[in-house]
Amino acid sequence: MRFLLPFLACFAAAVATSAAPDNVSDAAVTAALNPPTLSGFGFFDGSAAKPSDRLIPYELRTPLFSDYATKQRFMYLPAGASVTADNDGRLIFPVGTALIKSFGFAAASGGLDIIETRVLLHKASGWVALPYVWRADGSDADLRIGGTRVPVTFAHEGAQKSINYGVPNKNQCKQCHSVANDIMPIGPVWQNLDFPRKGDRQRLSKMVPALMQLQPFARWNARNDGSLDDKAKQYLKVNCGHCHAPKGSASNSGLFLDGSARGPVALGIGKRPVAAGRASGDLDFIIAPGKPSQSILIARMESTDPGIAMPELGRSTVHKEGVSLVRDWIAAMPQESH
Amino acid sequence: MRKRDLIFASAALCALVQPLHAKTISVMPGDGAQERLQEALIAAEPGDIVELGAGRFALTDGLSLDVDGVTLKGQGGVETTLDFAGQQGAGEGLLVTSDNVVLREFGVENSKGDGIKSKGADRIIYYKLRVEWTGGPKASNGAYGIYPVESKDVLIDSVLVRGASDAGIYVGQSRNIIVRNSTAVENVAGIEIENSFDADVHNNVATHNTGGILVFDLPNLPQMGGHNVRIFGNTIVNNMTQNFAPKGNIVANVPTGTGVMVMANRNVEVFDNVIGENGTTNIMIVGYRFPFKDPKYDPTPRGVVIWNNQHSRAGWAPQFRGGTEIAAALGGSFPAIFWDGAGGTELRPIIQDDVMALSLGLSDLNADTANAQPVPLARSVSRPASLPAIILPELMEAIVR
Repeated sequence: MRFLLPFLACFAAAVATSAAPDNVSDAAVTAALNPPTLSGFGFFDGSAAKPSDRLIPYELRTPLFSDYATKQRFMYLPAGASVTADNDGRLIFPVGTALIKSFGFAAASGGLDIIETRVLLHKASGWVALPYVWRADGSDADLRIGGTRVPVTFAHEGAQKSINYGVPNKNQCKQCHSVANDIMPIGPVWQNLDFPRKGDRQRLSKMVPALMQLQPFARWNARNDGSLDDKAKQYLKVNCGHCHAPKGSASNSGLFLDGSARGPVALGIGKRPVAAGRASGDLDFIIAPGKPSQSILIARMESTDPGIAMPELGRSTVHKEGVSLVRDWIAAMPQESH
Repeated sequence: MRKRDLIFASAALCALVQPLHAKTISVMPGDGAQERLQEALIAAEPGDIVELGAGRFALTDGLSLDVDGVTLKGQGGVETTLDFAGQQGAGEGLLVTSDNVVLREFGVENSKGDGIKSKGADRIIYYKLRVEWTGGPKASNGAYGIYPVESKDVLIDSVLVRGASDAGIYVGQSRNIIVRNSTAVENVAGIEIENSFDADVHNNVATHNTGGILVFDLPNLPQMGGHNVRIFGNTIVNNMTQNFAPKGNIVANVPTGTGVMVMANRNVEVFDNVIGENGTTNIMIVGYRFPFKDPKYDPTPRGVVIWNNQHSRAGWAPQFRGGTEIAAALGGSFPAIFWDGAGGTELRPIIQDDVMALSLGLSDLNADTANAQPVPLARSVSRPASLPAIILPELMEAIVR
């Protein structure tokens, strides 16, 4: 029986895929065994550029920075499924849901070179996070649970940048997506969601009418909208708050950037480093109010040395624009009078 | 008879918890070591052994293990080396986030951040490991060599750690801990127990660090109120390596030449150690001297008891403000034991060692040590009942027996 079950699941998956080649296989999403190739799910019709109509594209008002990669995000809800939400606007998805995110860089020829597609699958046993790396010919993507690195060159502000783009391994997926040691989606919080396709917002909000009462979060890079404080806190929440949370991977730091901080110290203001080690450099505080250049937070955001850089994963370049926002925020804080 | 029954019972228990199909996954050094080893650590199931071949694994990223009950085993601390000189990402060489994990008989070299970190990993065993930064003491070395945090039942046995720019062996925010038979050389702090409850640190050698063995409690952390720590049977000598921690580090404040340093902890026992050749002092008991606003935090050391330590030379070069002046007044040498004196006499440590001990007589934790009003501390005639020994689950001890 132990061997039969996965076999049956595979069989079911094969049947489902073969029945409708451009359609999503519900069985592949929930099966115990993960398809070795992305095509096993049927999310895309032959290439990353052709998502199934069953996928709901979405965007984040403030996204996680990933080396200037362009991201394409989709949710897949099984037929007839309905979504709920908690009081904070975090969407709660049924078993059978998949969240799909492709990462790519602008190709010299125009268009987008997709490097990898990560999937979060809601199985009966919980969420599972997997990285699939696209083949050079773009025909399919292979499961790489051990992660890998892919050399990438892209243009930013007129200059060519070359990096060793990191595809996270399965454990690293969990490091960020972990709440009290269970895997959880991070992105789909209603106030941070935009839906580029007509009708999707209405469709989802019909399932949870209370969502329409929630005020959208600040866009980190909005020019004429939102306070500096809102934008910086939202940027830190999205880029740091998944680990720096009381139940996250960085719980031991006592630095909480997920919005849970009560009082300035837990937010890093006037907080001395604990286990930062050499990452603290010659600086005394995570945030020295009014002094961004004296703040460990900034020093770590500006570093690409693995022993110093924050976030620890998914970044091998500095997010200049993000750093600039957080610098402005710290500079605007009144300096403490001693 | 009773002992035999016990062995039989524990063997039976072992059989019960061993999964039926435990297997060994072998990984050899060579091309693609990063992905092959990481995939093995992900594919392993509870009970499995991931066995590393002899040689040097050239790694390009951090490794991680998130499966309960897995043993990662090499051919020896020198024979099998995980080499992180080419590491491009992740905050540590190896990260463990699952329970009942055994790490044994391999070496970790030159990781960019910490060497081996385990977080929320209960009943973890670090055994016969070597974690080393091979370029000698440098501020650019990684912070912690061996770094369990937020864990219950931690065993660190027979490891060697060299060159950490913070602490060689660092146990943080954990409980029920044993660190024994290990060697810490050329780190800023040799062994550090921080914000932790119930720890035995014994039969270790801490030498050529800046400070040998540290017991700290810090504010603004999820677990505070460190207490019940016993430091005994250790050799803590010649910790004269100039402090090389970056200035913002809390251990950057450890004076070069410190044997044992107890800061803001409760119920700490220091006994049966050989301590000497430490230029500042052999044993120092101090409060946390930085401003803080955490009402749940107590910055003073309390219930420190010191007895039967064998002291040799100490205090010829005290590295803190006012130290040299006090040493001069005492005939050239700072005493082998001192307490900052802050918080009043009821916090006074109980000292039975046959060496000179001094209170700096500081009025409070904000007082400058340059304004010390030193007074000798008399030898105590009696001491309170000792703390109980730390007992780890028998299954853990059986693995290293």
